[in-house]
Amino acid sequence: MSPRSGRRVIHPGPTAKAPLLEVDDLRTTFETPRGTLVAVDGVTLRLEAGQTLGVVGESGSGKTVLARSVLQLVSARNAGIGGSVRLAGRELVGLSAKAMRSVWGVEAAIVFQDPMTSLNATMRIGDQITESLRYHLDMSRNEARTMAVALLRSVGIPEPASRLRAYPHQLSGGMRQRVTIAIALACGPHLLVADEPTTALDVTIQKQILDLLEAQQRERAMGMILITHDLGVVAGRTDRIAVMYAGRVVERAPTRVLFHDRRHPYTEGLLRSIPRMTNPGHSRLQVIPGRPPDLVALPEACAFAPRCRNAQPRCLEERPELVDIGQDHEHACFFPVGTPEGGEALARNVAAGESAAGLPVADDATVDVTTLAPLAPTEVV
Amino acid sequence: MRLVLRRLPAILATLLIVSFLTFLLTSLLPGDPAVQILGPEAANDAESLAAVREDLRLDDPLLSRYGAWLSDVATGDLGRSYRTGQEVTEAISERLPVTLEVGALAVGIALALAIPLGTLSAFRAGSRLDRAVTGTSFGLLALPSFMVAILLIYVFAVTLGWLPATGWTRLTADPLDNLRHAILPALALAAGEMAVYTRLLRADMITTLQQDSITMARAKGIPTSRILFRHALRPSSFSLMTVVGLQVATIIGGAVIVETLFALPGIGRLLVDSIVQRDLVMVQGVALVIAISFVVINFVVDLLYTLLDPRIRHGSPATA
Amino acid sequence: MEALRPLDDAADRVIGVGADDEPAYGAVPSSTGPGPEGRGAHRPGRKRKRGIAFWLAVGWLVVVAVCAVAADWLPLPDPNRPDVLDRLEGFSAEHPLGADPLGRDQLSRIVHGARVSLVVSVSAVSIGLVVGGTIGTAVGYLRGRTERVVMAVVDVIAAFPALILLLAVLAFVGRSLTIISLLIGALSVPIYTRVARANTLSIAQREFVHAAHTLGAKRSRILFREILPNVVPPVAAFALVAMGLVIVVEGSLALLGLSVPPPDPTWGGMIANGKPHLEEAVHVALVPSAAMFLTVLSLNFVGDTLRRSLDVRDSNL
Repeated sequence: MSPRSGRRVIHPGPTAKAPLLEVDDLRTTFETPRGTLVAVDGVTLRLEAGQTLGVVGESGSGKTVLARSVLQLVSARNAGIGGSVRLAGRELVGLSAKAMRSVWGVEAAIVFQDPMTSLNATMRIGDQITESLRYHLDMSRNEARTMAVALLRSVGIPEPASRLRAYPHQLSGGMRQRVTIAIALACGPHLLVADEPTTALDVTIQKQILDLLEAQQRERAMGMILITHDLGVVAGRTDRIAVMYAGRVVERAPTRVLFHDRRHPYTEGLLRSIPRMTNPGHSRLQVIPGRPPDLVALPEACAFAPRCRNAQPRCLEERPELVDIGQDHEHACFFPVGTPEGGEALARNVAAGESAAGLPVADDATVDVTTLAPLAPTEVV
Repeated sequence: MRLVLRRLPAILATLLIVSFLTFLLTSLLPGDPAVQILGPEAANDAESLAAVREDLRLDDPLLSRYGAWLSDVATGDLGRSYRTGQEVTEAISERLPVTLEVGALAVGIALALAIPLGTLSAFRAGSRLDRAVTGTSFGLLALPSFMVAILLIYVFAVTLGWLPATGWTRLTADPLDNLRHAILPALALAAGEMAVYTRLLRADMITTLQQDSITMARAKGIPTSRILFRHALRPSSFSLMTVVGLQVATIIGGAVIVETLFALPGIGRLLVDSIVQRDLVMVQGVALVIAISFVVINFVVDLLYTLLDPRIRHGSPATA
Repeated sequence: MEALRPLDDAADRVIGVGADDEPAYGAVPSSTGPGPEGRGAHRPGRKRKRGIAFWLAVGWLVVVAVCAVAADWLPLPDPNRPDVLDRLEGFSAEHPLGADPLGRDQLSRIVHGARVSLVVSVSAVSIGLVVGGTIGTAVGYLRGRTERVVMAVVDVIAAFPALILLLAVLAFVGRSLTIISLLIGALSVPIYTRVARANTLSIAQREFVHAAHTLGAKRSRILFREILPNVVPPVAAFALVAMGLVIVVEGSLALLGLSVPPPDPTWGGMIANGKPHLEEAVHVALVPSAAMFLTVLSLNFVGDTLRRSLDVRDSNL
């Protein structure tokens, strides 16, 4: 997984040209019978051309809605999107579906979690690949066919010409996901959003698909957003990572910095829950206690506080905002991990036996990640 | 083809039972079937009664009669009417094309209207268009075909005088005039069907439009019309297909009424006329033909189903 | 109800938040841009509050039922007394809804005709409901071979155009209100069997039934105390819609001259009487048509509203 490390710069520095994707204060809400559900709550992100951004969080953290909001694909009648999404300088929020048609497929494309449901079961694979080629690139039937064969070959599908007439159910899960990647890449988008592209696949296939995405991203110099619930997936494959919780970004940093120097207790919880080769054989896998909160009517407080070992009374009364601590690193925590404040907060909670939110906190230094050697991303598979 | 063979035993069993039920009509009726057939005025005509008994083997045991009748039916002999003296098969083959034409036209009109209306209504769910379509189709459900027929006759035949209110011209004689006579009866049958189809397609289409495959299609940036009619329509029409088949029963029932109102020489009117004239042999034959067509049409619909869903065609379990 | 489920992954699923059997919002490409104006956005309390249309429909049904029951005591002229001078008369003080081709009072005939519609629909539906409902609930609960045999028979009978069977039998058995009601009732048994079985199947899988089993309740007790009370409401809601269907079937028979013999008024018979006179007196056919249409529409509407609030799924039909 080393080939990327040569390119991994801590901070690319201010560049003259605008970033590929600028997301500012993006907010996606759904009106439900119980009230307004805030799925994405003021997310701000940057992505340079040719770079990969990992977005990590549990299910329910709003990352999938974020992926669809960025591409303006949330169109439920009860949904609302606010803020700004600029792709190569062009504002997408508020564009009509008709106007978005010149963006979708051509400028930006998306790969979904489950290829069984994202491919149309009643259409031949060839038709599903060629339709955007024919529409956007004005190709003839034959040109599109030739191109589709080339695309299928490039995503590693054997005998591509004969697969064009196949239906999705005639392929294996991994092959199906390769097909959806081919569809997404068909018109050469500058931005690829991969929404949990390996979650629905066999473990043995997952690495192949991730390698394929990485290879394609590099070859085409695309910007890529890789969304996952598994920090292990993004470890060696992203330039930066944003950790989401309850619709907000709670920590954001270059990948190496995040793994070495995470600050948010939630990030730490996610890191602890990755099984690692270097761990002693019998070490318990850590889980974050509790579940993500209900996104309807969130209180003005840290959403993670009820599950947090460091939680203090302040966390229940005030919502922490993202603060920049240098090295292109931001976090939203009053008592961050690896700082004196955080250490004191944890010590207080251990002494009291519970956090300010009532979560039982025991002293289990044996698996305290901070005591382990700094974790190189490559150790995480 | 494998599917045809697999389904064949069930089809044959259904046909056998249906034919037996039809046959029972002559046997379970109260009184002397011979009198029923010839009418009360012939009750004292012992010679004719004996002839009918002999002809229909009425003195044989039930099952052997059924066997004999079935073998006649299998050779295409449905008997001869005691009222008109006409061969039942001949009468049916004269009348069947009229009913088939009007029925097919009705299903065609209903689908031609329901597919775009149901699709657009689902696409714009909650909009004014959707509410208009949903409300209209709900109203049409409460409007039986005979009321539609009378309204159509009143508007297009009586008031506007554009189309004939009654009568029939054979397709081979004058195709245009044939259509002029067929269109109002077909519309009368189509109205209710359209409402059923539209509501069904709308509901299924709303479900389909929420699937990832549609979001994926949108993310390709292809036109909305292609998403709706190329991507979403086919996966949304499975239950529509089934119901089109099941609704054949409703259409046949409606055809009886509509053919009477429009004075069409179809098989439905033949049935009503035979019933009024107590022409038992004819009723039996017509009922059998209708039942068989119903079973066969539903079988054909099942086959079309496999055309819609490639997963069934390839024999793998459908998961959707 | 979906809406009450914990929303742990609802946000990630984007759509289907609070979706019920008729989603008012879909993931529909919308060029008008997003907005919270969706009809489904304000659903709380939908169960209790029914629209004015629902009460109008109920009101009309009550009026029809009262007319049918009290027809003889209402201050109306004899529905069967012809008056050639008033033949095909339009709306007037003497005949508020006009007069038919024999000069009989239409209003009086409509009111008395409601009786036929009511008797046929109520008795036919009761027969179907009781017989089919019992069979369906029983086989849906007992399962096994009985169920397979019964459902196979039901499928065969249902696979036959009922109106044809009805006509064929009526032709030779004779026609009276009783026979027509009995026949329609008998022919509708299969469909009630299906509906009742489908509902029983889904209810038999619920927790409280399992709980009763675990607590050692007797099968008969489970059937009558746990399952039946839950099967009756949805099947009854279906029965309302079926009543509309029966009224239409009776109307079709009358139109073919195979319903209650004249001169007793039925709505279908009145429509048939009016049909030859569309040119000079369209109201003769329209008035009974309107009465029948409104009644069937109301039955459909009330039945549909109740069914939806009972959250009946048709999936097991």
